[in-house]
Amino acid sequence: MRRRVAVTINGAKHEHEVEPRLLLVEYIRDLAGLTGTHVGCDTSNCGACTVELDGHSVKSCTVFAVQADGAEITTIEGLAKGTTLHPLQQAFWDEHGLQCGFCTPGMIMAAKQLLERNPNPTEREIRLGLEGNLCRCTGYHNIVKSIQAASKVMAAGAGAKAPATVS
Amino acid sequence: MAVSQMIGASIKRREDPALVTGTGTFVDDIPQTAVVHMAIVRSTEAHARILAIDTTRAKDADGVVAVFTGKDLKAEFGAPLPVTVTFVPEKKYPSYYPIAVDRVRFVGEPVALVLASSKAAAEDAAERIEVRYESLPPVLDMEKAISKDAPVLHDDVGSNLSYDVKRSVGDIDAAFKEAEVTIKQRLMQQRLIPIAVETRGVLADFKPFTGKLTIWSSTQIPHFVKVFAAVILGIPENNVRVVARDVGGGFGSKIRVYPEEILTALASRRVGRPVKWIEGRSENVKATHHGRDQIWDVEIAAKKDGTVLGVRATQWLNLGAYCSQFGTFMTLGLLVAPGPYKLKAFDGRLIGVFTNTTPTDAYRGAGRPEATFLIERVMDLVAAETGVDPADVRRKNFVKASEQPFTSLFGFTYDSGDYQMTLDRTLELVDYKAFRREQAEKRKQGKYLGIGLSTYLEICGLGPAAPTQANTGVSLWGMSVVNVHFTGKATVIIGSSPHGQGHETTFAQVASSALGIPVADIDVQHGDTAIGPMGMDTYGSRSTALDGSAVHVSSMKVVEKAKKIAAHLLEAAEADVVYEGGKAFVKGTPSKSITIQEIAGAAFQTNRLPAGMEGGLEATTFFDPPNFVWPFGAHAAIVEIDPETGATQIVRYVAVDDCGTRINPMVVDGQLHGGIAQGIGQALFEEAVYDENGQLRTGSLVDYLIPTAADLPAFELEATETPSPSNPLGVKGIGEAGTIASSPAIINAIVDALAPFGVKDITMPATPQKVWQLMHRNGGAKQ
Repeated sequence: MRRRVAVTINGAKHEHEVEPRLLLVEYIRDLAGLTGTHVGCDTSNCGACTVELDGHSVKSCTVFAVQADGAEITTIEGLAKGTTLHPLQQAFWDEHGLQCGFCTPGMIMAAKQLLERNPNPTEREIRLGLEGNLCRCTGYHNIVKSIQAASKVMAAGAGAKAPATVS
Repeated sequence: MAVSQMIGASIKRREDPALVTGTGTFVDDIPQTAVVHMAIVRSTEAHARILAIDTTRAKDADGVVAVFTGKDLKAEFGAPLPVTVTFVPEKKYPSYYPIAVDRVRFVGEPVALVLASSKAAAEDAAERIEVRYESLPPVLDMEKAISKDAPVLHDDVGSNLSYDVKRSVGDIDAAFKEAEVTIKQRLMQQRLIPIAVETRGVLADFKPFTGKLTIWSSTQIPHFVKVFAAVILGIPENNVRVVARDVGGGFGSKIRVYPEEILTALASRRVGRPVKWIEGRSENVKATHHGRDQIWDVEIAAKKDGTVLGVRATQWLNLGAYCSQFGTFMTLGLLVAPGPYKLKAFDGRLIGVFTNTTPTDAYRGAGRPEATFLIERVMDLVAAETGVDPADVRRKNFVKASEQPFTSLFGFTYDSGDYQMTLDRTLELVDYKAFRREQAEKRKQGKYLGIGLSTYLEICGLGPAAPTQANTGVSLWGMSVVNVHFTGKATVIIGSSPHGQGHETTFAQVASSALGIPVADIDVQHGDTAIGPMGMDTYGSRSTALDGSAVHVSSMKVVEKAKKIAAHLLEAAEADVVYEGGKAFVKGTPSKSITIQEIAGAAFQTNRLPAGMEGGLEATTFFDPPNFVWPFGAHAAIVEIDPETGATQIVRYVAVDDCGTRINPMVVDGQLHGGIAQGIGQALFEEAVYDENGQLRTGSLVDYLIPTAADLPAFELEATETPSPSNPLGVKGIGEAGTIASSPAIINAIVDALAPFGVKDITMPATPQKVWQLMHRNGGAKQ
């Protein structure tokens, strides 16, 4: 028994007939074609699938697509404005906050909510705030630095810097 | 930034813009039309005979395209999965095929394949397959596995013993005769699950009418996969292409030619359509190989002044149900166990055993973390027994800088390094004397602080072709192609295949520095067997030392050719042409010059070249160094134990590492951060546990704990740079150093903190429960 689901993802409307068991992450990846949201586990531990659902950061593997009917969703693809990166994306790049990059979209989406709730977190608050997102490459050291750097930029209201070139 | 300053520049990674915007390309992100999804039915039994597999209900299910069992497929395997010699040519091992036919030997072994129009349909249908097993008693414990009455896993091997061999050097009896102190200790290396955050995944596309096969895989070794897929599936190598695009971490777990790579390709050949298999995490914890799972029985001969004379060590290795491709590589641990210390004798024994568990293979460090754990625990055990400070025990036993290049007991030549220098600097950074005072004060207040040292020496950069072929069966070297295009931009192709290490950035720095072409004008390509002649891929901290050096050498060959062209165009003698900063000029007449861009243009106008010269500006290098590389360093962990809960808090983590020349220090530090975190994971949290039936109890990330951000401190890193003489860049490796160093640093710190309770050792992971029990084993009495 399929159900109709209509959602807005990154400002664009999507509508599909889906099986009730379809996970939101599967909807986002397979039906909306947005593959930046990743799946790293099947127990809601890793946080690679973190997206924003009506302003709340959620693990999209823990939400059925039908539950998201009518929702506004933001995924990692929705953060940059054109080629101007979101301050968090810029900071992860500047501070070497990623290596393989697989956990990064979820990490950035979780960090976004963390900074919205607490614009000027301490290092400890950042570390506790990231407990639901696993990274195996960075030891979190530069992820914490990235979020600290982004918090300064965002607090200053400076907006995103123009993307720098690699050299 | 000037191109001449590119070596040593912490420039930002060019890999990142795609990855931070969600536009990377991991296997599951590759768009593919008409794809068939594959689900794998896996053994639920640790040890059993397969009596029957009923696939009828699965074949009738919605969306199912095909169902295959081992029986259906076995005739198509032209060879078993590869197994390399890796230090133990004496070993016995069974043929290991990608799918079970009549017997299963571990929970998670593939039994049947279901192909369907969607992933959900494939998984639904997989549940409709009924496998009837006749259970056999599982073998799980290494020591019991080799007892006479143990059930035997492989009839063709005859017992569960793969090997039991001696590796001994020096007069161990004389060492023990001379000893004033002897210590016996059993050291455990628990079984670990690698947990790359991206699980494995394979997309295979066999084109029936051309016979061409393309495999996209989340692998560290696309070139190995190409060769063995060709051999196993009987497809000519020229018709096989393997691509590893973005790979979400490896840590050794993607270093094998895996059953699923072969099975996905085979399934595609059977159905004539592209087939995709994406490993679920609950599959991953069973089907992707595990790491470590060793027991080291150690006997130490030492003098009262802390001099370590000799060590007897038996390394028990749990191979799992089969001998995995590099499954005996971990025996290297014993051969390098003396580390940075001068022992007189080392009496080693290697025992490899089959059990009904997931096969073990390389996991970050692969043998060297075990070796370092052994020798760094030895140093602290000797310190505890003799009363000599652990730092002084290390000083007493170090190979001195003046003794380099030093030949080790097992005949390795250490390339360069001053081990005491990094230790002294680390002690300075932690203010060791002040810490000892603070520790004594705090103990009086019932607070338990400890410091643990780990002064590691690592063999890596695999490797010189001859010794790696002799010891592992594979001739290992680095490969690069450097191709300067018509407009003076360049493409670099490398034989290593990164999965987070940043080669696209750092190797562009290497080429830029030699060619004088800006980094932004140099593209680095990798992970595709169709673009270069061959590669030996990425593992063992080898990429920069091997393929990075190859990039340098190819770039210098290009410069040599560019100089010849410049001499011709400038009408000067070649000997008078100087090449610098992307420009060739006549010595003494800098105005008479020509840029690399102009030279490149001429290289493709063959009429402008010297007579007899080939067109193009390209060079290929297979780099074969004279030696391995030997990074080293000193790590110190300061921990505090919560006496109420036994929980360990890492108060500080300080490290001074030396990996020779650093191409990009930011990237080097990143490798260390992640490596240290993984070693801390082993020391404090991680352990794969099987129950008595061979079921994996730590079957998900709920039960198998990897460190979170809240578990770790900020790391305090410093570096020294002692160039390696074995390659033109002076580089060593840094991918595994953090993991190699950190587990013993943490365990030594915990044991130090618990010294008032008479604790001399604790097994990993040092969970709060274990710590608390040790603190209370004598009713909490202190010594």
